[in-house]
Amino acid sequence: MQKKKLLIPALLLLPIPVLVASLFVGIYSIDPTTVLSMLAKRLFDPFGSAPWPEVYETIMFNIRMPRVLLALVGGLALSVSGASLQGVFRNPLVDTYILGVSAGAGLGAALGIAYFPGVPGSVQALSFAMGFAAFFTTYTVAKSKGETPVISLVLAGVIVTALFSALLSIIKFFTESEKLAGVVYWMMGSLAVTGWGPLSQTAPLILVGFAVVFLMRWRINILSMGDEEAKALGVNVGRDRFIVLLASTLMVSAFVSVAGIIGWIGLVVPHTVRMLLGTPDNRVVVPVSASLGAVFLMVADDLARSVASFELPVGVITTLVGAPFFLYLLKLRGGSAWK
Amino acid sequence: MEVVRISGLEFSYGGMFSVRAGSLAVGGGEVLTLLGPNGSGKTTLLKCINALLKPSSGSIAICGKDIREYSRNELSRAIGYVPQSHTPSFPFTVIDVVLMGRVSYLSIFQQPSKADYRKAEEALSTVGISAMRDRTYTNISGGERQLVLIARAIAQEPKLLLLDEPTAHLDFRNQVTTLKTVRRLSREKGIGVVMSLHDPNHALMYSDRIALMRGGEILHMGDPGDIINEGTIEEVYGIPVEMIEHNGREFVLPKV
Repeated sequence: MQKKKLLIPALLLLPIPVLVASLFVGIYSIDPTTVLSMLAKRLFDPFGSAPWPEVYETIMFNIRMPRVLLALVGGLALSVSGASLQGVFRNPLVDTYILGVSAGAGLGAALGIAYFPGVPGSVQALSFAMGFAAFFTTYTVAKSKGETPVISLVLAGVIVTALFSALLSIIKFFTESEKLAGVVYWMMGSLAVTGWGPLSQTAPLILVGFAVVFLMRWRINILSMGDEEAKALGVNVGRDRFIVLLASTLMVSAFVSVAGIIGWIGLVVPHTVRMLLGTPDNRVVVPVSASLGAVFLMVADDLARSVASFELPVGVITTLVGAPFFLYLLKLRGGSAWK
Repeated sequence: MEVVRISGLEFSYGGMFSVRAGSLAVGGGEVLTLLGPNGSGKTTLLKCINALLKPSSGSIAICGKDIREYSRNELSRAIGYVPQSHTPSFPFTVIDVVLMGRVSYLSIFQQPSKADYRKAEEALSTVGISAMRDRTYTNISGGERQLVLIARAIAQEPKLLLLDEPTAHLDFRNQVTTLKTVRRLSREKGIGVVMSLHDPNHALMYSDRIALMRGGEILHMGDPGDIINEGTIEEVYGIPVEMIEHNGREFVLPKV
């Protein structure tokens, strides 16, 4: 117990050093001491004269900083969404994209890339809207006689995903190869956006969704006991589950609309957290997942930016790191990977 | 005080099968057992009392107030429910499970407070399982799990306790422990209890009153001694039985 008591605050603070270290990484090499003194100057003496070239400021504060922060909020969004969905679906193997949000967002992005090229923000707006549309379709299809059973939600999610993927294939089929490459690249997921624009548009939405899930984290424990039991305990199951799903969709759609589909985080991170802490209690699993998810995506993006002379899609990295790691955990713990 | 009163209740499953209870009342500190074969409507009746199912006609009053005037969390402060035990998907500790009994006292964004923890600890000690506090709910025996679910229901501070076949899947010792605990809690805390059982002898030993059910109807209701005899048991279960008496207690035995 004593060890765990120290572990939780340590894990919650981990994103801070990782954030700073991530600022060291990039194509243009700036040595860590300079990075640190640039940060210190920004914080304590923003108007003094600087001994480093002007371009360093641009690279640090207009390129790296927003990108690392985007990785931070994105990792948080995906893993918190995963943790909360696993709770309400009573299944530790549920992924962030179970409700069809990724397929919807993918279709939206493809529409934007293929039919509205050059319209600023069209890809992001369409992707966000279609992500939400997919969620509402899933929820509406699953709802019958005022109830939305978990099994119907899962099946509806599968069907909606298939439907939206088929529509995406049609668009791909009719799109010329140059734009098609854009669609394919988008689907792989990347944080290579420039400037503060995308971050300032998505971060507030992600933080609102996170706040809702964070406040409901104990209630998710009760939802994970099953509908009838939660109801008998006094929970308005339909309403509370809808709020959690909505908050989760808000976070995921907001992030996916700027970064594309980055997989595995929502599955791997909450699992790892439950194993590290030895508890499924969402009162700690949700905040620690937020923190480790942020760390995971920042590190994955650091790798994407540094392992090759060109940039790799970060979604490929999260899968290449996440899938074997998950396999290792399963082997290590046998079938009872979440016990 | 009357904790539950049912009058003219009818619930029908799409016209095929219906469950009826004309008149039934349970007072505080009283244990009423629903006894009858599988499919006789015991679980349906329990779920109607807990508003998990909506009856097609008739009325149910909980503590003198019509059940339709209750909100869900208000009702859960009056009624503790012990479902047939199952294994949940996540390995919560015993204390975390019992703490869930406090949710009806908290608003949607609220976390359980120290006071809620105290109530949960109290419920554990009332049931006599404080030593199990930090064990994992998924790694304990069926009997222990049943006691944890009873403790969770006690943490709701209910006036009425509903138990759906609390002895199903339990071994001999755990069946007795569970039923003894239920009766003791009812006596000590003045809680009205409605539970469904399968064994007529358990019903005889641990009930204040018994309702004998068959085919969705309550056929007989009253004191255990009056209700359980060769005639009624044969009528309900359709097998020949004999009653024997030992040390002033009556038992039902199937004829071999």
